[in-house]
Amino acid sequence: MKGIHFTRKQLAIPYGLFLTCFVAVPLLVIIYYAFTNGDGHFSLANLIQFFTSPNTIGTLCYSFAIAIVTTLVCLVLGYPIAYILARSNFRSKSVLILMFVMPMWINFTLRITALKEILTAIEGNLAYYPFFNSVIGMTYDFLPFMLLPMYTTICKLDNSLMEAAADLGASPLQVFLKVTLPLSVPGIISGVTMVFLPAMTNYVVLDMLYNSTYIMGSLIGSYFSAYDWHNGSMIALVLLVLILIFTLMTERFTDDSADSRGGALL
Amino acid sequence: MKKIGRQLFIALMLLVMYVPILVLIFYSFTTSTNIGSVHGFSLDNYRTLLANEELRNMIAGTVLLAFGSAVIATILGSVGAIGNFYCKGIGKKYISALNEVPVVNADVVTGFSICIALVIVFGIDKSTYVPLVIGHVVLSVPFVYLSVLPKLKQMDSSLYEAAMDLGATPTQALVKVVLPQIFSGIISGFALALTLSLDDYFIASYTKPATFDTISTYVVNATKGSQTEIKTALWALSTVIFVIVLVVVLCMNLAGKKSEGGSSYEKAR
Repeated sequence: MKGIHFTRKQLAIPYGLFLTCFVAVPLLVIIYYAFTNGDGHFSLANLIQFFTSPNTIGTLCYSFAIAIVTTLVCLVLGYPIAYILARSNFRSKSVLILMFVMPMWINFTLRITALKEILTAIEGNLAYYPFFNSVIGMTYDFLPFMLLPMYTTICKLDNSLMEAAADLGASPLQVFLKVTLPLSVPGIISGVTMVFLPAMTNYVVLDMLYNSTYIMGSLIGSYFSAYDWHNGSMIALVLLVLILIFTLMTERFTDDSADSRGGALL
Repeated sequence: MKKIGRQLFIALMLLVMYVPILVLIFYSFTTSTNIGSVHGFSLDNYRTLLANEELRNMIAGTVLLAFGSAVIATILGSVGAIGNFYCKGIGKKYISALNEVPVVNADVVTGFSICIALVIVFGIDKSTYVPLVIGHVVLSVPFVYLSVLPKLKQMDSSLYEAAMDLGATPTQALVKVVLPQIFSGIISGFALALTLSLDDYFIASYTKPATFDTISTYVVNATKGSQTEIKTALWALSTVIFVIVLVVVLCMNLAGKKSEGGSSYEKAR
């Protein structure tokens, strides 16, 4: 029997090697580049540059502002949609949620092109409202990603809990605030993770909307085109640390990582 | 009254989601180059889409890349998931931890780090397409792994033992017993890998050869350029993609309703 177990385990080796070569090694390379200078010597210059340059710190704050506002807008629009669809007895609710999700499968650059044409027709020059347009573009792009986990979570809620609360004398508003909303927190959290991080880094949405403002992702792009691997790596490292903090913060809320991150069940 | 309010809200949100796409589809059938002024019906944009070699190559390249990287990712991820399912200890933790990295990481960081490691440090030429294909496999393989793993957990482990007791070799038991049970996970993993590759901009922009463009990188460059013929041909491309997505979603939904009551997996990143 032992030989058999050995064979099955061996199947993991190619994947382990692949992940080591193309996930672990690139991360180590980023860390190495972030803490060295052009001569290959250890250096904290990139770190100091990041925290002292008004340009990078300003970009960090601006990214946070865009990401927070985008996440809030997605939440405020997305939660009612998810709630109405999940709790309703619309006969066609599975078709409706599919309609909300379908744009996700159209290449996002084409969708943003469509949005850009409409916004240009309405506003004239897009450059006048960079922040506003960025939030609109990102909300338009990311709303389905926020909607889906919330919808799945609310769908799975046990109806008898709400009925019990109502029987025990809670008003509909109380039932919502004290039972439904707290129970849908895992869905909200995984929705937030799917919107917040892309909103800090997806600079193409901004670029395509004729935007000259910078978010964290754009910094990597501009250092990259300037062949400055060291400062670029430092920005990537800062983003990695932010993502790590964010993941650790949200980890305890999400019940099943495969279900909430990868597969969205329709 | 309340119900009407809810229906109105849903309808309004759907309208907001679809207006840009539908308007673009409408204008793709006209000669106008800007939204707002309609000149006349025309199929010119579709003719350009078919006739322009650059556009044709770009679309074919994107589709080829998506299928190629999805096939590699599906094989690698499924085999890895099966292997790691039977592993214990540090090796198991190592793989499942590394698997999470591209999932939570920002695409910009993934693309940038792969480019720096492969191209700058190890000197692999971008024009070999190796960094691009590896990049797209890294992007999608964790999702294949994550869609196969739950199927393995649901599997009745005694079936494998039974097959072995009845004289099957380990390979036979894997192919004839385990594989059929996790097949739906492999298929949804493949679908996920396809959509991730088709939708990607960042990995491609950092790892692609200079002469090659995916739909995403091409569209982004075209919006910066001033060629109106290309710009409006891309509206036609949006229409075509919209119709394809619509047909695929309808087919999946119908097929799903017949087999298992309308459940279909898809991805959310």
